[in-house]
Amino acid sequence: MNIFVLVKRTFDTEEKITISGGKIQDDGAEYIINPYDEYAIEEAIQVRDAKGGKVTVVTIGGEDAEKQLRTALAMGADEAVLINTEDDLDELDQYSTALILAEYFKDKEVDLILAGNVAIDGGTGQVGPRVADLLGINYVTTITDLKIDGTSVKIVRDIEGDSEIIETSLPLLVTAQQGLNEPRYPSLPGIMKAKKKPLAELELDDLDIDEDDVEVKVETVEVFLPPKKEAGRILQGELSEQVKELVNLLHSEAKVV
Amino acid sequence: MSNKVLVLAEVREGVLRNVSFEAIAASKQIADGGEVVGVLIGDGVSQLAGELIAYGADRVVTVEHPHLKTYTSDGFSQAFLAVYNQEKPNAVVFGHTSLGKDLSPKIASKLQSGLISDVTEIQGSGSATVYIRPIYSGKAFEKVKVKEGITFVTVRPNNIAPLTKDSGRTGAVSALSVEITNLRTIIKEVVRKSTTGVDLSEAKVVVAGGRGVKSAEGFEPLQQLADLLGGAVGASRGACDADYCDYSLQIGQTGKVVTPDLYIAAGISGAIQHLAGMSNSKVIVAINKDPEANIFKVADYGIVGDLFEVIPLLIEEFKALKVNA
Repeated sequence: MNIFVLVKRTFDTEEKITISGGKIQDDGAEYIINPYDEYAIEEAIQVRDAKGGKVTVVTIGGEDAEKQLRTALAMGADEAVLINTEDDLDELDQYSTALILAEYFKDKEVDLILAGNVAIDGGTGQVGPRVADLLGINYVTTITDLKIDGTSVKIVRDIEGDSEIIETSLPLLVTAQQGLNEPRYPSLPGIMKAKKKPLAELELDDLDIDEDDVEVKVETVEVFLPPKKEAGRILQGELSEQVKELVNLLHSEAKVV
Repeated sequence: MSNKVLVLAEVREGVLRNVSFEAIAASKQIADGGEVVGVLIGDGVSQLAGELIAYGADRVVTVEHPHLKTYTSDGFSQAFLAVYNQEKPNAVVFGHTSLGKDLSPKIASKLQSGLISDVTEIQGSGSATVYIRPIYSGKAFEKVKVKEGITFVTVRPNNIAPLTKDSGRTGAVSALSVEITNLRTIIKEVVRKSTTGVDLSEAKVVVAGGRGVKSAEGFEPLQQLADLLGGAVGASRGACDADYCDYSLQIGQTGKVVTPDLYIAAGISGAIQHLAGMSNSKVIVAINKDPEANIFKVADYGIVGDLFEVIPLLIEEFKALKVNA
């Protein structure tokens, strides 16, 4: 099977966000593979180990994203592709990101594409379904279970806490929800092997994409932090008195109940 | 310049979801005096059209088909695009729900348009309109503008206030017949796991438990409190990892981001990832044995104590409040 995983390099979830000069500061920030993409990588490896084939991880970004690709290779992916847009594009939106990925896939034999259901930075969850649509293949989002038998696929999908049992077929794009699996940590031999695995770097030229074709449709004009939440009141006294006071405050002062 | 806005209404178990009324309010703002057209897709849903009009839609177009009884991206995209092609709007609004998140990127791709997802506020009007949305799960926000093409947004539940219902409003309701073919996804079954039927992301009250809840049974008093307040139960990653509850309840940077009117955090320490998922709630109550717990830094009201003592007392007090009200 030809299996692909779309991955994104994101801030570590531990990172606090600071803004200066109207931009989010990334000096010294720690980066990780988007946590939902880790589920996608793990699932891809498991499918390959069961059915045979090859897992290719694909990302769009700058030179720095190589580190996350190497991590995916160390987990067990076979090949990695970095579509480097650093020199060509100042900004990307989900429209342009999906177009670039679709161009990459144009001449590929695709059985299964996996991605995270959302990236924890931008948080739009658009790119997976958009790519599937551009490739003309079906997609299922927020999956928590995947079973493949020949070309038939059985999926459990999380819909706001409920589960949908779905039947569909390959070729297919799925996006991973938490609970799909337990992503492995790269092993030491895995890390050693990853250094020798193929990592291709492509630019827009290599994909025959003209910068004008991937102009963004929406643009961010400002980033800002939410108003800082002041620490509130710690209630005092007997527990039962505190609870009485709390209910009273929620009812009369905060007016939320 | 006024806009014509198409707004997709969402039906669950025969009832319109609140987020649909919020989406109509958002559409009114985007329409800037223009027409707001509600779209109802399903099988046996057209009787709900009047309610959309009562909440501010000027007109409603319905698409009904047996194949639209349950949502599939293939079925609903065919139906919605047929309405789109008939109406030719300048703007489209969906709710940022499971359905909206699944369907909107496909529609945006078909329309070769941008899509501003998960909008919590709309500022300005006309070409100066900006859409505010959380990034890094609410650790920061961004203002986004449409640069080219139609305006397409999904609105986060619980953030944009719906208009006051006016049952005296009238508007035309028309049915569009659409051929629904080539569904590549078959929904065999929907397994309902949420006990109260109140969706976590739409709930006005969330009672969330962490490691301090100690077991699956420990969630029972939290569920009782949530039921009493018409809310939903959530959890921290710690509680999910410890198998006290399902991952679908997880609130945080990996998990759901919620903005209820009232968030009660019980036995949750308040890791930065959890705070990202809930700190924009309107009122936060923290209950924790540890007075140094991080959660108290974002709480409006805090009680230092054992949740197994506090929650039952809270249930009693809220019951008393209801009786007296």
